[in-house]
Amino acid sequence: MLAFALRRAGSGLTLVLVISVLAHTLLALPDPDVGRQLLGPAAPQELVDEHNAALGLDRPLAVRYADWLAAAVRFDLGHSWFTNESVTQSLANRLPVTLSLMGGVTLVTAVVSFVLGVWAGVRRGAVDSAVQAVGVIGYALPSFLITLIMVIVFAVQLGWFPAVGYTPPGVSLTGWLSTITLPVLALSVPAVAGVSQQVRSSVIDVLGRDHVRTLRARGLPFPRVVFRHVLRGAATPALTVLAMQFVGMLGGAVIVEQIFGLPGIGAMTVQYTTRGDIPVIMGVVMVSVLVVVVVNLLVDVLVAWLNPKARLS
Amino acid sequence: MNTTGEQRGEGPGPDLGTAHRPLLEADALHVSFPGRGRRAPRKEVLRGISLSVRPGETVGLVGESGSGKSTFGRAVLGLVPVASGTVTFDGTRIDNVSRRARRALGRDIQVVFQDPYTSLNPSLLIGDTLAEPLIAQGVPKERARAGVGALLDRVALPRDAVHRLPREFSGGQRQRVAIARALAISPRLIVCDEPVSALDLTTQRTVMDLLLEIQERTGVAYLFVSHDLSVVRALSHRVAVLERGEIVEEGDAERLTRDPDHPYTRRLLLSAPVADPVRQQERRRERERQFDADTP
Amino acid sequence: MSAIDTASRNAPARRGAVRRFAASPRAVVSALVLGTIVVLVALAPVIAPHDPNTADLGRAFDPPEAGHPLGLDPAGRDVWSRLLHGGRFTLAGAAVAVAVALAAGVPAGLAAGYRGGWFDTLADWWFNLTMALPAMVVLLASRAVLGPTVWTLMVILGLLVAPSFFRLVRSTVAAMRGELYVDAARVFGLSDTRIMGRHVLVVVRAPIIIQTALVAGMAIGLQAGLEFLGIGSGDLPTWGAMLNEAFTNVHRDPLLMLWPGLALGLTSAALVLLASALRDVLEDRGAPAATGRRARSRATGGPAPSVSAEDRTALLSVRGLTIAYPHDDGSAKQVVNGIDLEVRRGEILGLVGESGSGKTQTAFSVLGLLPEGGRVEKGSVTVDGQQIVGAGERTLRRLRGSTVAYVPQEPMSNLDPAFTVGDHLTEPLRHKLGLSRARARERALELLRQVEISDAERVLASYPHQISGGMAQRVLIAGAVSCDPDLLVADEPTTALDVTVQAEILALLRSLRTERGMGVLLVTHDLGVVADVCDRVAVLREGRIVEHGSAERVLTAPEAPYTRDLLDAVLDNTPARGPWRPREEETR
Repeated sequence: MLAFALRRAGSGLTLVLVISVLAHTLLALPDPDVGRQLLGPAAPQELVDEHNAALGLDRPLAVRYADWLAAAVRFDLGHSWFTNESVTQSLANRLPVTLSLMGGVTLVTAVVSFVLGVWAGVRRGAVDSAVQAVGVIGYALPSFLITLIMVIVFAVQLGWFPAVGYTPPGVSLTGWLSTITLPVLALSVPAVAGVSQQVRSSVIDVLGRDHVRTLRARGLPFPRVVFRHVLRGAATPALTVLAMQFVGMLGGAVIVEQIFGLPGIGAMTVQYTTRGDIPVIMGVVMVSVLVVVVVNLLVDVLVAWLNPKARLS
Repeated sequence: MNTTGEQRGEGPGPDLGTAHRPLLEADALHVSFPGRGRRAPRKEVLRGISLSVRPGETVGLVGESGSGKSTFGRAVLGLVPVASGTVTFDGTRIDNVSRRARRALGRDIQVVFQDPYTSLNPSLLIGDTLAEPLIAQGVPKERARAGVGALLDRVALPRDAVHRLPREFSGGQRQRVAIARALAISPRLIVCDEPVSALDLTTQRTVMDLLLEIQERTGVAYLFVSHDLSVVRALSHRVAVLERGEIVEEGDAERLTRDPDHPYTRRLLLSAPVADPVRQQERRRERERQFDADTP
Repeated sequence: MSAIDTASRNAPARRGAVRRFAASPRAVVSALVLGTIVVLVALAPVIAPHDPNTADLGRAFDPPEAGHPLGLDPAGRDVWSRLLHGGRFTLAGAAVAVAVALAAGVPAGLAAGYRGGWFDTLADWWFNLTMALPAMVVLLASRAVLGPTVWTLMVILGLLVAPSFFRLVRSTVAAMRGELYVDAARVFGLSDTRIMGRHVLVVVRAPIIIQTALVAGMAIGLQAGLEFLGIGSGDLPTWGAMLNEAFTNVHRDPLLMLWPGLALGLTSAALVLLASALRDVLEDRGAPAATGRRARSRATGGPAPSVSAEDRTALLSVRGLTIAYPHDDGSAKQVVNGIDLEVRRGEILGLVGESGSGKTQTAFSVLGLLPEGGRVEKGSVTVDGQQIVGAGERTLRRLRGSTVAYVPQEPMSNLDPAFTVGDHLTEPLRHKLGLSRARARERALELLRQVEISDAERVLASYPHQISGGMAQRVLIAGAVSCDPDLLVADEPTTALDVTVQAEILALLRSLRTERGMGVLLVTHDLGVVADVCDRVAVLREGRIVEHGSAERVLTAPEAPYTRDLLDAVLDNTPARGPWRPREEETR
């Protein structure tokens, strides 16, 4: 089991490294004249060159990557071209907001999806149709449209939650809850739609397998068979879908943070994107990939723990 | 070269001479598969199989699961790579040949698989399935389609089956379709991989009769792979018994099933129950006497 | 998108598809909605009453009026015209993304799935890498480098969603690569490209069409999201950008959000609905209805039949049992038709029949575990004097395992792959008999030794995939007898096994019967098995018992013509085929 986890961690690390090379190369492709952008069209060429040299832009790409990597392993992701802020510092300030958002979304999604999916899969009939209908609607509308609708209904019309703004949990726990609830719910809707459908169909699939009949023929109570055996079998594909949804939610977080004015990484990305601040963008890309890789690793380990056959491959 | 078959097999009689060289001949055939896991050793599935089939002959290949009997058929068909040894068809090497050469062999060697449910593409009409081998061998589409009706006649299926999908047919009917498909281009050898094992008793009998009748009419040779000695016995001229990738016994069907030499063959034979309670009781006692002493 | 065209072009192969499509309200409605939107948007330059960018600041936020059916936006532009024009970029952008995703994902998936090998490894690795990238973040990063170029961003989006096609096609193709019909096609001499065209494409076509609709919806959402963030196409009117403007002014005029939101929502929802409708239309392979599905067997209506005195003496007594599968239209398919059976203690009754005779359904009804959709219409089943038909789940649970137990046909699929053999054996012991963990383990080891497994300790710790089929069947038998049942229902317990193993398992059943005095209902199609172990036999044909008697009598002097047919088909007494002779002599 440990060997399996280490092997997966190793391949995750390789993935991060390869993406860092790709991202670094692609982001350097258009060769931006940062000095000129910063100093304006009137500045003399020497000054512009000097500025570019100070940012290290006159050196070959490979050298720049090596420098970046050497610094990155010490958690130094460089400085913004335009504000000279430390990228690591800006990310560290904003990461907790995004991570708590994602954590809340994952928790809500997992719990709600499993409850709905198992319920629909075991009960079938009207419950099943209702869950499926909810699934189609959640899937059918673009997630940011759902977010907008929720803002209008719950914040603007009903006034239950603030429409914009963020209170850190350190300042006020209830304030934090009231500012984070709507964003979490908004992001969870499409994810629940996807994952609950998967839970439902895997539950129906596993319920139809021979070993479930045999377990029941042994006289074990049906709920026990469902929770001990069926759920375990159904969890593997559901967790895989959840991991895939997580990647999508990370993208969705960008828009949601923007809409709610949450000071997370997503909002920061939008801000720096329009300016073309490459070191910051690079930092954001790498942090997102790292988060995805860690989540995938956790899911892999969980799946292997649930399913002994998966450990072999 | 053409005497090897006679030397090894129990020859049908001295008067036949050397005029009838084997149609198919495998010599010291080895096949192995990659082991499970990264560094696991390769698993040897066939360990030096030598077997021949003469024109118009049925050779039964019997064994239990994991004996390699199906793998031998697949190796002859070129569906699994041969590790060492040779397969010769009509005097030409056919093991590990190019894709192009293998495609040309489709004219001479055909196949009927065990499972009539997965051996027909569920989304193709029966007519298209039957025309497939003809089209593969370059027959123009129109002519291929025209021949399909006659094929259905030969396996006693209604002609309107052409426009239907496999799911509209029973297991036995599907197996007839599979046989018709194998017959489409008058092959000289058909590899039958457990063709009647998935069928009901009565259906099994009619499909076997069909196979016999086709052989008598066309002179096609069968390599008949099965786990069921009674089926093999009724259909085959000659039988080879396979255990863990090796042929432990080979001989005329009648002799081998009446008076087997090898203990494994005896064990197979005695393990299969017969539908007569009195005789079965005798066989059971005989089996227990012979085998239960040395096996825990 | 082009999903409908593709579906109808491929019509010859599945003639019913178009008809089924037309018969599905969901499919027709979603296709109509989608079609209307596409036509309106495509005709935007012709039918839009105003230029989408002509602003009249003085008339900002004006309500709908003649000439401006949806009113004017915050910059005093005509909302209806902007909506029509905006759709062009939204839809065309999504089309570009879908086209790129198809072009990148489908061929790669076909090649990887069909050929495997290094290309598969490489492509799989690459697409996995792509999947680890959050699309929105990558799009933003690309935007940072490339500036506001909507088309390039859509190409990148296409590459980012390509893995969904790749994985779909690859897994479908890899699964069918093992199908016998593909092997058969190779034997016929079909080239790989022909096999791809004939067999593979037919199979992956429907999933691709469905996925296309889903991906199109996703691309529209992401594209609109980009525009909403204000980092898409700059000044072009798009639904996303319109939503952004409306959202900034949501307090002043919430209605402005409605129109672009509705357009986006309708398009996207129509695509997803179309996908789900297409799934039903295209993926109908005529799977056998109801069978194989499990089983919350519902109690039948009406009071439970009363138990007569003679039924109390027999261990199992089946009287006039009729099992049916009701269809939606009110009719019902009867699979078992008024049969009577009886099993006494210490007796093995063979229930013989061919496929579809209803023998397995009868076995399930004895356990109270009919597959979903099946129900006992009439008759009674009593085990040890207790009525099974109509009994509640609680009663059945008490009877199962300790009074009536079950040995299935296929040993491997009847063990939960996630649990060890030990778990399988100890769970009922602990739950039903209330044994402690240690005691249950001891008992499980004992049981394994009773079914003649010599290295019981190792087997106990093994997972199902680590033991052989014969071993798994022994484990299942051990599990069945673990709570000391009176009646064993064995459904073709040796059919999936080799003959040598079959002989051992039959010997085991025989000894269990003798030692424990158990009654056995043995379902089989093999008359040899009947001759070997059964005391009595009932021959079932199309849901009715055609003959019934001692095994010896039925097998040696059958009365029913059907039994005679069955016995005639047995090959035991068929003479062996003579030695081979060359054809010339035969015809002479």
